[in-house]
Amino acid sequence: MMIFVLTICRISNVLLCNVTDRVSFWFVVTDSSKNVTTVPGSEVEAAIRMNRNRINSAFLLSDKTLQFLKITSTLSPPVEPSTPVWLIVFGVVLCLIVAGIVFLIFSGIQKKNKESTETENLEEKVEVTLENGIPCEALDLKPGHINGVFAADDERFTSL
Amino acid sequence: GFLIPYLIMLIAEGMPLLYLELAVGQRMRQGSIGAWKIISPYLCGVGVASVVVSFFLSMYYNVINAWAFWYLFHSFQDPLPWATCPLNSNRTGYEEECEKTSSTQYFWYRQTLNISPSLEASGSVQWEQALCLTLAWLVVYLCILRGTASTGKVVYVTASLPYCVLLIYLIRGLTLHGAVNGLVYMFTPKLEQLSNPKTWISAATQIFFSLGLGFGSLIAFASYNEPSNNCQRHAIIVSLINSTTSIFASIVTFSIYGFKATFNYESCINKVILLLLNAFDLEEGSLTADNLNEMKDYLMATYPQEYAQLAPQIKNCSLEAELDTAVQGTGLAFIVYSEAIKNMEVPQLYSVLYFFMLLMLGIGSMLGNTAAILTPLTDSKVITSRFPKEVISGVVCFMNCIIGLIFTMEAGNYWFDIFNDYAATLSLLLIVLVETIAVCYIYGIRRFEKDLYTMIGRKPNLYWKIMWAFVSPLLIISLFIFYLTDYILTGTLQYQAWDATQGQLVTKDYPGYALAVIGLLVAASTMCIPLGALMTFIRKRLKRE
Repeated sequence: MMIFVLTICRISNVLLCNVTDRVSFWFVVTDSSKNVTTVPGSEVEAAIRMNRNRINSAFLLSDKTLQFLKITSTLSPPVEPSTPVWLIVFGVVLCLIVAGIVFLIFSGIQKKNKESTETENLEEKVEVTLENGIPCEALDLKPGHINGVFAADDERFTSL
Repeated sequence: GFLIPYLIMLIAEGMPLLYLELAVGQRMRQGSIGAWKIISPYLCGVGVASVVVSFFLSMYYNVINAWAFWYLFHSFQDPLPWATCPLNSNRTGYEEECEKTSSTQYFWYRQTLNISPSLEASGSVQWEQALCLTLAWLVVYLCILRGTASTGKVVYVTASLPYCVLLIYLIRGLTLHGAVNGLVYMFTPKLEQLSNPKTWISAATQIFFSLGLGFGSLIAFASYNEPSNNCQRHAIIVSLINSTTSIFASIVTFSIYGFKATFNYESCINKVILLLLNAFDLEEGSLTADNLNEMKDYLMATYPQEYAQLAPQIKNCSLEAELDTAVQGTGLAFIVYSEAIKNMEVPQLYSVLYFFMLLMLGIGSMLGNTAAILTPLTDSKVITSRFPKEVISGVVCFMNCIIGLIFTMEAGNYWFDIFNDYAATLSLLLIVLVETIAVCYIYGIRRFEKDLYTMIGRKPNLYWKIMWAFVSPLLIISLFIFYLTDYILTGTLQYQAWDATQGQLVTKDYPGYALAVIGLLVAASTMCIPLGALMTFIRKRLKRE
């Protein structure tokens, strides 16, 4: 069972001392219900910890600009999403790159298959007639060469 | 301050050697191994050494792309993950390691690398980094899949996009508060730096790396050119564009460094002011940046005891010191830029732009490297007859990816630094030296002149000939001597390890097996040259008998 003791504190219960130029001071809180004894430091500390935000906003200050000695403020942790952001970006980039590699490899293989089937088809269509081991088309297609030796000799014979 | 060695090295080394490599490739019409065989059969080792260096480079370089991917993917959050420290377990404050150092350094060392305290403690493979590395290799494979023809089209994108981003950053960078400090720092020459040979060595290696000399990729690409291509004009244009881009990029970089240094300096001063105000209960506003020094002396005189108690916490803030922490290693490029970006407005946009640009540049370099490895492989008929091009590229990428998993372990960054510092630097210098000497003295500079005359219709003038025959070899030899004397003077090699308890880098000695790996790296590429000569010599002897 917990017993809460409510005591009324007034501004006159807070005593200041050692005020310096630096806007820093020591203070004690007296308990008016008991005879001019000070409230123990641990209770004051606990109270300040609970109400830190209210005290800060009363002075329009923050944890960084209003410091209570021996009362360290709990810092708020940064917001962390469930999956780290970098993994998401990494996954996207990885998929793009792998897709690019696969695409290039397959288009390379397709090109090679096309070329080899084209040359195969060409060879199949042409039926080669051979004469003396030389295909007829080759003989027909080659332009005739004029043999310079015999052409020059023609002039020696008198024309009819 | 770095500008003077950079420009001198460019004129003395960069342009002549670029012209040399382009001309060799165009004339011999083969990749690096075949081209050097034609020049002299004893030099087949040079081409092999270039391929070995390219192989080492491709092993570790893609890890940078993996990190760029990691940062890029993390830029889509608000706030940026490296802007604030994570909280400790009972939520009373920030994580201890993050408190001691800054949030950007914590993000780099702990959340990206998860670095171990020393090289010996290897740790396990970080699956997030391994995923990013796999993705980086898949991207490279996609670009080189179809061979050099498709690579050419990709390079249009990877080369032009960074310029757009740099322009945006230039405008943003110059308008930042404190950018002027960085620019002033960049343009003032420092005499002590100039007399230190390390500056000259890093300027030379920077030129070699950015122009791609000695890797064999230039020869490979030039062999696809027509024989009548005017490579002299191209060499001049390329090196000029390259150096203007570097200067442009360093203006942007230094204006951002200036912003970051000024920001850190001002926040350091503010912290000191707050500390003093709290300790001595002074009035708010009595201590400002201007009167800080006088007030510090006054407080030291009036309250000597309390001041002495506080003294270890009061840091001496110095703008110079902030600017000096600028450049050291690849990690710093990530740390410094992410720190500068988190303080700008709309940091997500600038972050995405910057890491995308870094990615483009990195992938462009990787393409050149893998091309240098694949060209000799596809040139040799033995392999191409059995496997199609796609399979060869796939096997190379897969092997490199598996080896690259070493760099994703907890101690991976230390191995990365080993590769970064030792795999390419010495070997590149040696390869380029042998190339120049081979073309000028073994092939004969007159024969080379005639070849150039038949190709481009013009003989090279005196400037080129002097550079090729005398200046460049002498410079490289002197760099070598500096390098070796530096190593002998310092004794054992050391590396920077991250100490989580202190929150900063500490220097440690390399263990024995790491030294062995370093020796192996350097030897593997440099020994190719004499071994190749030896093998040709033995073969000729056997043929005669």
